[in-house]
Amino acid sequence: MRYRFFIPLAIFAIAAIAFYMGLSLNPNQIPSAKVGKPVPEFNTPALYGGEADFSSSNLRGSGYQLVNIFASWCVPCREEHPILMALKQRGVVINGFNYKDTPEKGRQFLESLGNPYDLIGQDQNGRVAIDWGTSGVPETFVVNNKGEIIFQHIGPLTRAVVAAEILPRIEGGIESDADE
Amino acid sequence: MIVELGHLSLILALMVSVATVLLSFEGARRGHVASLAWSPRLSIIQFVLVSASFAALTYAYVTSDFSVLNVALHSHTEKPLIYKISGVWGNHEGSLLFWALVLTLYAAAVSVFGGKLTPSFKARALGFQSLVTSGFLLFMITTSNPFLRIDPPALQGNGLNPLLQDPALAFHPPLLYLGYVGLAVVFSFSLAALVEGRVDKRWASNVRPWALLAWGLLTGGIALGSWWAYYELGWGGWWFWDPVENASFMPWLAGTALIHSVTVVEKREALKSWTVLLAILAFSLSLIGTFIVRSGVLTSVHAFAVDPERGVFILGFLAVVIGGSLTLFAMRANLLKPKGQFEIISREGSLVFNNLFLVTVLFTVFLGTLYPLFVDAILGEKLSVGAPYFEATFIPLFIPILFAMVLGPIMAWKKASLRATLYRLKYVAIASVVFVALVAWMTSTYEVLALLGLALGLWVLFGVLWSVADGMSLGRVSLASSYNRLRGFTLGRWGMFVAHLGIAITVLGIAVSATWSDETLANLRVGEGADVGAYHFRLDGLQPVAGPNYSAVRAFFSVSKIGDTSQEITVLMPEERTFWSPPTQTTEVAIYSMLKGDLYAVIGNETQGGRWSARLYFKPLITWIWFGGILMMLGALLSMFDRSARRSDGEDK
Repeated sequence: MRYRFFIPLAIFAIAAIAFYMGLSLNPNQIPSAKVGKPVPEFNTPALYGGEADFSSSNLRGSGYQLVNIFASWCVPCREEHPILMALKQRGVVINGFNYKDTPEKGRQFLESLGNPYDLIGQDQNGRVAIDWGTSGVPETFVVNNKGEIIFQHIGPLTRAVVAAEILPRIEGGIESDADE
Repeated sequence: MIVELGHLSLILALMVSVATVLLSFEGARRGHVASLAWSPRLSIIQFVLVSASFAALTYAYVTSDFSVLNVALHSHTEKPLIYKISGVWGNHEGSLLFWALVLTLYAAAVSVFGGKLTPSFKARALGFQSLVTSGFLLFMITTSNPFLRIDPPALQGNGLNPLLQDPALAFHPPLLYLGYVGLAVVFSFSLAALVEGRVDKRWASNVRPWALLAWGLLTGGIALGSWWAYYELGWGGWWFWDPVENASFMPWLAGTALIHSVTVVEKREALKSWTVLLAILAFSLSLIGTFIVRSGVLTSVHAFAVDPERGVFILGFLAVVIGGSLTLFAMRANLLKPKGQFEIISREGSLVFNNLFLVTVLFTVFLGTLYPLFVDAILGEKLSVGAPYFEATFIPLFIPILFAMVLGPIMAWKKASLRATLYRLKYVAIASVVFVALVAWMTSTYEVLALLGLALGLWVLFGVLWSVADGMSLGRVSLASSYNRLRGFTLGRWGMFVAHLGIAITVLGIAVSATWSDETLANLRVGEGADVGAYHFRLDGLQPVAGPNYSAVRAFFSVSKIGDTSQEITVLMPEERTFWSPPTQTTEVAIYSMLKGDLYAVIGNETQGGRWSARLYFKPLITWIWFGGILMMLGALLSMFDRSARRSDGEDK
């Protein structure tokens, strides 16, 4: 009977061990499961009625581009938004999923902050994001001209990530294809 | 010189606090009267020493002494005086010093006001409190010392972030910390009770005021923080479920459960070990909140990797405090035998129900908050599980809590009848349903969740009013004797009514502002206007403004009722500010608050052809959210001043 008083201690011990192990893991040891694979099959309705739906066929053989997952309720998305706008200015093609969000709120979000996206799919229940291996928002993927995911970034984009990881892959990819 | 004295004082405080620990426990174990008498005195000395230290750091901030690293990093000569002072606790080291100050302040208060405690209990409680203080002071002196000098001194400080110069933000942390740390007293009292193996009525009535004080201050701190987010961030939201907010919300949930279960111990001597466990949980969560989330030390692994010393110390400290207290609980809790028996349907039963749901809410918030932190720890990236997760889990769990909130207080102790209780509330139920039906019909709103929220808010509101009337026997006896009964209500009872009324007001504010807000996105030229619900906003003009380190465009919106443009309600002046170093754009929201709602305007960029984008809102009842928070705080304070002598033979029995 008195063993039940040990339950809180046991739970704490397990949580503490998990936390400690989590901290001692090397971030680089966890590869992204989706990188190097073709984009998953999907077809999402357009955020704006009247525009084209966003589906996996849009990403095959249509050049290097970004796929960004965002939501109006997501604070880090607001943080990275100016960077997406700057990428669009530079001519990078960006497509987006409005994740677990109502279309109205998604549209409001883009109307107040600007719309950097070419195609926007409405992923209301987050089903498509699961196929992309997403665990939260924001996330950004680089897709090559064959329709394969070549890079995944978890969390908000920063200028450093864009300069070091995103632009070389997109612009470098376009150049190397031109050379062939 | 003064800075060195502050540093010295901090080291002395550590020595005295270690001495308090040893003296208190050893004195209590042996029953040595002289040592027991010294335990409160030493606690007061700790407070004096830490105060001196805090004053020295404040002095360094006020005089902008940039030879002190901490001041050079976080202050600036051009800051207004009030923000120089708030800068003291606005950084990691200073906030730790503030924590230590409040910890010792509470210990000193227990020493002075804890007259009814037995000397050995008091010594043990102060011993545990001093143990926590020692940990904090040791942490500061070894890894986070605010008194370190730099040579040569910096010419100018580094801390002029105008976004953080805001009165609500300056006073939000102290209030929050007063609440967090107040839970330390409850924690120390609980551990002392475990050591003595005795939790009874007396213990509960000694703990109760501290728990209520801490809870009330925590409520105030959270409300202030949410209000800041509302008017400063300019997204129209007021709660974002971000880790910093959740860090304060979790101890609040545990504290809410605690102030209810401690009543059961006081009145009925039941739920003893559970209450002690809640006290440990509440304080553990405030430690986790401070360290892991708030201080920024463990918000990302980067900080952990850059500064492994701090990280290891923090984890070690948490392990000792939380693990140690849970070990003590595991070994001693079986001594706390409940005396009072009760049926499931009873006042006690309803409080158990409240506790179970609150702890479940707490658990879901904990998972949602820590999950991104784990991802951050493992992958080094920030992401958000965000509002959908919290809303999906939080709302369904809060519905039964709100429903039961009205039933519990009117049930009898030991055994009650659910049917009879519900029957007594028939008019409350009818009034709420009729009111909601009217609102739905008049506004043509048929969203289930919105109407349910409104109904629950009204249910609690009417329920509280009915309970007051019922307690007065209004209508059943003469008005004079009703009034006499009203005067006979204990402060504890008033406190409960006021705090529950606060919940009702907050719930109504949330439900109504979420459902019936009007929002218009407009592209306006000067002279043009836009309709927002029943209001008309006209853009009267734009004006460039030069700030100290930014330039801004200020817009003037005159607001009037539609159809009555001659009567101007107010002129809203939102700004779009551009700071040049670092180049950032911020928006200054303009808000005009009325009892029935807020007019809210945000100005965006110039789009084309002399048009400016603007977001204009009418948010009905939104200030009720924070007004309810104030009522909850007030209720806790009222209840706190209820002297237990009167309570124990009050009418509640």
